[in-house]
Amino acid sequence: MPVKVLIPTPLRPYTDQKEAVEIEGARVRDLLDNLTERYRDLRKHLFDDSGKLRSFVNVYVNEDDIRALDRFETAVSETDVVSIVPSIAGGAASPVAVEGEVTFSKEEIQRYSRHLIMPEVGMEGQAKLKKASVLMVGAGGLGAPLGMYLAAAGIGRLGIVDFDVVDHSNLQRQVTFSASDVGRPKLQAAKERLSGINPHIHIEGYETRLSSENALDLFRDYDVIVDGTDNFPTRYLVNDACVLLGKPNVYGSIFRFEGQVSVFDARRGPCYRCLYPEPPPPGLVPSCAEGGVLGVLPGIVGSLQALEVLKLVLGRGESMIGRLLVFDALQMKFRELRQRKDPDCPICGERPRIRELIDYEEFCGIPQAQEVERKMGVPTITVEGLKKLLDESDDVFVLDVREPHEWDIVRLEGATLIPLGRLPHEVHRLDSAKDIVVHCRSGARSAKATEFLLGAGFQRVRNLEGGILAWADRIDPSLPKY
Amino acid sequence: MILLPDEAVEAIRLHGRESYRDEACGVLYGHAAADGKHVLRAAPMVNAREDERHRRFVVTASDYRRAEAEASRSGLTLLGFYHSHPDHPAFPSRYDLEHALPFFSYVILEVGGGEPKEMRSFVLSEDRGEFLEERLERKES
Repeated sequence: MPVKVLIPTPLRPYTDQKEAVEIEGARVRDLLDNLTERYRDLRKHLFDDSGKLRSFVNVYVNEDDIRALDRFETAVSETDVVSIVPSIAGGAASPVAVEGEVTFSKEEIQRYSRHLIMPEVGMEGQAKLKKASVLMVGAGGLGAPLGMYLAAAGIGRLGIVDFDVVDHSNLQRQVTFSASDVGRPKLQAAKERLSGINPHIHIEGYETRLSSENALDLFRDYDVIVDGTDNFPTRYLVNDACVLLGKPNVYGSIFRFEGQVSVFDARRGPCYRCLYPEPPPPGLVPSCAEGGVLGVLPGIVGSLQALEVLKLVLGRGESMIGRLLVFDALQMKFRELRQRKDPDCPICGERPRIRELIDYEEFCGIPQAQEVERKMGVPTITVEGLKKLLDESDDVFVLDVREPHEWDIVRLEGATLIPLGRLPHEVHRLDSAKDIVVHCRSGARSAKATEFLLGAGFQRVRNLEGGILAWADRIDPSLPKY
Repeated sequence: MILLPDEAVEAIRLHGRESYRDEACGVLYGHAAADGKHVLRAAPMVNAREDERHRRFVVTASDYRRAEAEASRSGLTLLGFYHSHPDHPAFPSRYDLEHALPFFSYVILEVGGGEPKEMRSFVLSEDRGEFLEERLERKES
């Protein structure tokens, strides 16, 4: 059965000016063979002397580049339309003298020798890396391998946006930091570490929270933006700023045992909003602080992001644009999902509705959720109040609604453990005549438990504000925090 | 021969100046006739290069497809592409040659120190071996 092949304007002189021809073939390879058999002069424009498809010739089956399908082995049938699509390229003859022409010292040549001996990188590629500027948003779990590998590989200008302080709980995965860095600004510690790894590069730090006010100004001066953040408002903000400025966004995210990697570039493929048009309701998808994350996972995901950055800068290989890689560490499986550009995407679609940065906290429903939480208004008690109560009375029932594995980490003396999910079944263990104080890690789950108990008829029940973390901060600093 | 109306020439020069030190690129729509190519419109396109934009440009396959679709929608022909050479003469490079397609006119504009200068047009020879300069004429519109 013949398949319809669309011919681009410049090749029509070789197909008797036909825009479309019908060619027999079950695979793309057969089609191209039969096409160039019928129109012999086409061959030299499609293939180079060694018989390889010329680098600027793309073949599409319907809307997909065959590189994203099975290449020449891609099966075709009479219902498919195959298009030959050139990409147009060109440029000036030799590197023109621009300010700051790249040169390398003897030390740099030694340092980069494993790159330089690969023809795919070589001096030309290494010069591209040195000329490149990459902005990392976040210096945490993903930022650790990203920063260290990008610095080591010789990215000439590396920007870092982070306003956090190194905490003990970071050290399990944020390998940029040493135990002695705890309490120091992450930015300061990361800058020291990265310039220690490679003194030949330029590192610029921005100790600020990325916001709709500063994002465009921060991003404007960089070639590539890398998203190493862990929350939805910032993720949408990074995406939108990149789309508006026309910059690639190398995306990674991690949660518990799973990671995701992609490259969003609205000029060449989908953006984050094409993939996730709406944020999940607040609280539905827990952050790493709430749900945990396996220590090595950010090392893998962040390293994959670093690789994608190098490929973009070098212009080598096949970028993750239009593909989402999902990594499951427990099964040790990588899955790849094809992503399409959404023509109705509110920012990169055909009729964009978002033309400037918006309020991303609002967009993700966070103030609204806090308002609901505030209105829920269960009675609360501060940790100081609980301390006083315990000191004065023996009739206080401290109910811990966390999970058993959290109980194993740290617990309040004299407390009783009933995980939130078990509470309806074990409510008979509580004495309504006593003062009940409910706590969890930080106060959110215990608010739900308190609300449930009030509904079940308990009257002397209160939620411990800030949970066991607040207790460790303000009452008993000997307790570990997690 | 390629004939460019004044406004197309001005549009290319303006685009080259605005994009300086990066290379600007765009598409030429019009009609091909026995006496040459008659350009009706020059439309800017996105230089999708991530790096080296001061000496390289690329129009992605999807942008190219859109340009073809636009041409066939408006009953015009894609006649070729223009690009600027910032601080470099208006002659095609080896790189231009390797990436060239037959039939198309490649209009090159030199932009020296931010100011548009000379403009020339080239077509690929039949054996792909070289570029041949074609006469570029400006016509009052």
